[in-house]
Amino acid sequence: MGNRFSRRDFLKTTALVGGSILAGGLKDAFAYKEFKGWTKSYGMLVDLTQCVGCRSCEKACNEVNNLPKPDVPFDDASVFEIERRPTAKAYTVVNRYENPKDKGKPVYRKIQCNHCNEPACFSACPIHAYTKTPEGAVLYDPDKCFGCRYCMIACPFYVPAYDYESALQPKIVKCIFCYPRIKKNMLPACAEACPTGTLTFGKRKDLIKLARKKIMENPDRYIDHIYGEHEVGGTSWLYISGVPFEHLGFPTNLPTKPLIEQVKGFLGAVPVVFTVWPALFGMCYAAVRHRMETKEDKKEKKEERK
Amino acid sequence: MNQNETMDREFNFRSWFMDKLLMGMTWPEYLRSLITPFNIIAAAILVVGIPIIATRFIYGLASVTHASYEYPWGLILGWGLFGGVPLSATGFVMATAYYIFGFKRYKPLVRLGVLTGFMGYFFAVVYLLVDLGRPWRIYYPMFVGFGTASVLFLVAWHVATYLTVQFLEFSPAILEWIQARRVYKWATFITIAMTIAGIILSTLHQSALGALFLLAPGKLHPLWYSSYIPHFFLASSIYAALVMVIAVSTLCARFLRHRADRYFLDSLDSLTMGLGKGAVVAMYVYFALKWVGVAHDNNWALLNTPYGHWFLVEVIGFVLVPALIITLGLKANAVPLVRFGAFYAVVGILVNRLNVSIVAFNWNLPDHLHHIIPPWKEVMIVLTLVTIHILVFRWIVSRMPVIRQEETIHETH
Repeated sequence: MGNRFSRRDFLKTTALVGGSILAGGLKDAFAYKEFKGWTKSYGMLVDLTQCVGCRSCEKACNEVNNLPKPDVPFDDASVFEIERRPTAKAYTVVNRYENPKDKGKPVYRKIQCNHCNEPACFSACPIHAYTKTPEGAVLYDPDKCFGCRYCMIACPFYVPAYDYESALQPKIVKCIFCYPRIKKNMLPACAEACPTGTLTFGKRKDLIKLARKKIMENPDRYIDHIYGEHEVGGTSWLYISGVPFEHLGFPTNLPTKPLIEQVKGFLGAVPVVFTVWPALFGMCYAAVRHRMETKEDKKEKKEERK
Repeated sequence: MNQNETMDREFNFRSWFMDKLLMGMTWPEYLRSLITPFNIIAAAILVVGIPIIATRFIYGLASVTHASYEYPWGLILGWGLFGGVPLSATGFVMATAYYIFGFKRYKPLVRLGVLTGFMGYFFAVVYLLVDLGRPWRIYYPMFVGFGTASVLFLVAWHVATYLTVQFLEFSPAILEWIQARRVYKWATFITIAMTIAGIILSTLHQSALGALFLLAPGKLHPLWYSSYIPHFFLASSIYAALVMVIAVSTLCARFLRHRADRYFLDSLDSLTMGLGKGAVVAMYVYFALKWVGVAHDNNWALLNTPYGHWFLVEVIGFVLVPALIITLGLKANAVPLVRFGAFYAVVGILVNRLNVSIVAFNWNLPDHLHHIIPPWKEVMIVLTLVTIHILVFRWIVSRMPVIRQEETIHETH
């Protein structure tokens, strides 16, 4: 009972707390709340002018990730006849496109998960089966997934594939940016296997500088656009090309904001509805009841007078 | 009440069973009564359809759907979830009108509205269970992982909660049916709270079904992709509810006439006109809102493209025209015309939801129109579930006091 918190103690504590706030202990708490991106994230720069369509990346990816054997061997060029996409059996595929500048020199493009800075799949998932790691990789956990496939609806790049064949353990399949290898300071398998220097792995911010430098030094070779720098808020995978991206199957109708921004307004209305609606409709109910009771009172009074 | 007590004493299971489940018939009588043209067609559909649903669970979704990576959602969700949920707004709209706003005249239709809503949500979940990759994990958004930034997380929670709310809202009918008086009192006591909970949940998840597509701006055609899409979905669900009540009550009065009481049948025409008035106002508002959407995104130039023409067919042919038909019916005091307009408007809702979820989704992919034609097995699954839906609905309306009032318990509201 002896320990009383005196006025003096109170003032002392207040001064201490206040002082430490001013000294900067809570500086971050006062800052404008804004996601500045993953500053240390890795990325991959794909120089489409250098790709020759050898599909070494596809082969390496298949082996490192223990994926099922492909239907067509990796050295068979007949796969280029049709436009392919990542499937439940392949994290990545290379497609061939006609070069509008030079018909004899087709352009090859590797396609896989772009590992968005603020991924739409992550925003879509109702169970948090997706994780964006600080290293850049967007990972998926099949143990959490119930198979709604909303991530496939949301992905602007049509990347996640689904294992529809399985009745008991269907799951999303997509590139994992060789996350276990990155953690061990190894290159992603595709980058390691690439014989032409098409794929450069590094810190995303360094890769953007590199891409700018390349474009600046070779303005005839490249178009002035780093695909993935701003698309849907930026992606870990970045592309530079000699032909406009719309010729190479890239979606070019995307906003530069992360896709979650499209939904924030709606989600912001949820607490409003939860708090205002009960008051509003409760009042309506009370008002209607009140009116009916007043009517009944009047009736009774009239009857009394009679 | 003396008579009731003696009845309770004479209670035995066999008579209870015959009275409640066989509607007072003996087994042979009951089975004979089941042989009708409608039931024969329904049985034929189930004989084909149920094995197909079983195939889906044994061999995976690939055995019955396109199993497409680009089109992860097909007819099962487009019809069952996106089409079914707005047409199931009947429960919340009728309960709100009756309990909150005091439209007491509509009492004969309130239970029908609540049952239509409850069944609609229940079957929306059934469609979802057929379509989910691992349906046995359906509770995961509630217990395993919380994707609070996901609109689908909101939909999952709200549909689950609202299904419970609707069950509680409909429970008085079940309790009257089995004559559980004490629980009945308790169930009616929470009606107002449940109704307001229903408004909150419905406002949010009806609009959320539209908001799901906000995440896919590059995929949904700009004429359907609009920042207003949650408003479109909510606004159209309100008139969907009103025209659906007209449609369902018309069907009940026609095909389940012997289950209805005079109270329901005598008031139906005038109540239909009242619902029609409400629906028409909501339809014109929605029609105007659609144009505000086009103006907001300045999409006028797109109207004169093939998809623009289809957009005009939807907005004029399936919203404005049925609205005009109902208006005409109201002016001419012609109930059949109002009913026709209502059925037409129900179709219009389905057209809109299928447009958003299937026709206008991935419109820019090559060979799009070929991809969206569902395989016959998927169509058969939908047809089977529709049939089961109708059969269960009919089973309930035939037995429980939905379009008639139970004589032994009088509602105190």
